[in-house]
Amino acid sequence: MSCMCIEKRTELLHHKFGIAALAGQKVVALAGNPNTGKSTVFNALTGLNQHTGNWPGKTVGNAQGTFTHKGQPFLLVDLPGTYSLLPNSADEQVARDFICFGQPDVTLVVVDATAMERNLNLALQVMEITDQVVLCVNLMDEAKRKGIEIDIEGLSKKLGIPVVATAARQKQGLEELRDCLLDVACGNITPVPFTLRYSQEVEQAISELEPKLTPLLKGTMKARWVALRLLDGDDTLLEDIERYMTEEALQDPSLSREREVSPSWPQA
Amino acid sequence: MAASIERGDIHRLHAIARQVREENTEAVRDVIVEKIYQHSQTIADEVTSRTNQNKVNQDDRLDAILTSRYLGFPIMLVLLGIVFWITIAGANVPSSLLADGFGWLEGKLTAVFMWVGAPAWLHGVLVLGLYRGVSWVISVMLPPMAIFFPLFALLEDAGYLPRVAFNLDRLFRKAGGHGKQSLTMAMGFGCNAAGIISCRIIESPRERMIAILTNNFVPCNGRWPTLILLSSLFMVGAVGMGASVTVAALIVVGMVLFGIAMTLFVSWALSKTLLRGVPSHFTLELPPYRPPQFGRTIVRSVYDKTLFVLKRAIITAAPAGVITWILANIMVGDKSVLTHVADWFAPFAHAIGLDGYILMAFLLGLPANEIVVPILIMGYMASGAMMELDDMGALKALFLDHGWTWLTALNMMLFSLLHYPCGTTIYTIAKETKSTKWTVLSVLMPLAIAIVVCFVVAQTVRYFGWV
Repeated sequence: MSCMCIEKRTELLHHKFGIAALAGQKVVALAGNPNTGKSTVFNALTGLNQHTGNWPGKTVGNAQGTFTHKGQPFLLVDLPGTYSLLPNSADEQVARDFICFGQPDVTLVVVDATAMERNLNLALQVMEITDQVVLCVNLMDEAKRKGIEIDIEGLSKKLGIPVVATAARQKQGLEELRDCLLDVACGNITPVPFTLRYSQEVEQAISELEPKLTPLLKGTMKARWVALRLLDGDDTLLEDIERYMTEEALQDPSLSREREVSPSWPQA
Repeated sequence: MAASIERGDIHRLHAIARQVREENTEAVRDVIVEKIYQHSQTIADEVTSRTNQNKVNQDDRLDAILTSRYLGFPIMLVLLGIVFWITIAGANVPSSLLADGFGWLEGKLTAVFMWVGAPAWLHGVLVLGLYRGVSWVISVMLPPMAIFFPLFALLEDAGYLPRVAFNLDRLFRKAGGHGKQSLTMAMGFGCNAAGIISCRIIESPRERMIAILTNNFVPCNGRWPTLILLSSLFMVGAVGMGASVTVAALIVVGMVLFGIAMTLFVSWALSKTLLRGVPSHFTLELPPYRPPQFGRTIVRSVYDKTLFVLKRAIITAAPAGVITWILANIMVGDKSVLTHVADWFAPFAHAIGLDGYILMAFLLGLPANEIVVPILIMGYMASGAMMELDDMGALKALFLDHGWTWLTALNMMLFSLLHYPCGTTIYTIAKETKSTKWTVLSVLMPLAIAIVVCFVVAQTVRYFGWV
């Protein structure tokens, strides 16, 4: 990434997402289902270096915090807890937009070790958007109590991304998690997420769309993912591309920069 | 990555999207979503192994009791009842301590005003108006909120609240609302402004709006004192002496149940008219039960919710105190402005079983519901400042002198329960909905309902000659 690009991203983060990243800070997006201990992971990583606010123009609270690992400063952005990234709600749209357009250096997906079958959905959806993904299998202590064992290495191989087991409440696995975030953010590890293949009809349609989309998107996002969204009739994506990715949008800071600080409310 | 996309290419993207839409008439989304779910299930099965099936079922067994068809509701009522009981009982002592403290400070302030020789009107506006208004709000609102919010947060942290939503889901869905509306409604018992902010947990805009518009129908901390005071003063006398506390408590419970019934009814009516639509599928999963994190939960709920709401309340209460003092002290002819307005309201107020002073008090109490009764007392006494009457007998005599009957008390309770939200809440609704139209409706709709209900009750009672 050139200097110009970093500057542009800082501007984008600031204007569109109300997030002030410092030069040299690696940005980590924190995603996860509700009730996975996502906030506990967030608190464990950032300690007291955090503040809460609102996503600009959305009635969804956000929290961001900072930490430094082995001399590398990080900015951790806590996304709303969601079950999916299909933009059914403001929460899901905020999460999707940030992962897709906020261009985080890493997206950390927290999953509940006792409910992998439900939680992996979100991880699979994130992996379709970006390669820079780390999976955190949290609540390992609860899983152990319930007699559930998880093959972390096998999971990592199947998904093609780094996977770290944690029990954030007990502060277990956090050092490994920080190492992993550092490695992926700095390019020491390059995740190669496996590609989920859909039915033949869908794949056929994707292969027709991809070559048409690739030159238009100019490498800003994965053509396969955009093709999938066009196929499932997601109208919000094009509006969002216009909002976040066009030159005019980047230069116009006017887009609802409401910075009122509101309390964070239960995600139930 | 930070390249940008040109406008021309955006148009090309739109063209491609249109083409895709024309070609795909089938529900491709379902196919895609299903595939993702299927695959995460497959991966999970491959990497997970279970050694002890029994332990997994502990939560299930607890759920079988807490969300059971027969025990679910009684347990819920008892638990919420305990929370309210602790809130009401526990708030009394700190409330009166705060009130005493503020009273003591007021004496000192008055002494200072006299010492510097400040004019009487300045003392009136600043001390008797502004200072008393703010101290009423803090001493009545702060203790219940500081108890209620942490208790509620602990129930949530332990994993119980999602079960409440699960239990109430059926009722709210029948009413066209969302299961989570039960949670936002419960939050409204503490404070409607907080309840309305908590509506953020409801995803669909339609159901979120229903939850916002109906949140007002459950009494908040500001209205509990009014309901409790009036029920103990009058309703008991009507029934007869003895067992008064229990009867008063039951009447308040009755008011709460009436409020919930109204919430469901209005939700149903809205979902059939202005906010038509199919209730969205309620996919709230039941999280595991966990021992709550006491320290962190209590600190955060006090800091994030209690102080946040209190700040808004003080901002609105301060000017109300000043205005009330001025209205009660500017004389036109031989009567104060307050009395003139009350007289003007009198005929309409009588028709709905109230009197002009009561309506005046509700109007001036718009900033915060807890100042309605103080304003009313002030109006009756024409003393020129909000005051605190500790002696219940004196208060009842004051009301009876102004022609009160049990009907007046009942209708004032009903009006308090149903009328428009307080200033803080209206401000919150405007912030949350970002719509003038819906904010205006959130004021006018409950007001109309309150007037109709009070009118029907008053006319019925008078027709049968019960008073």
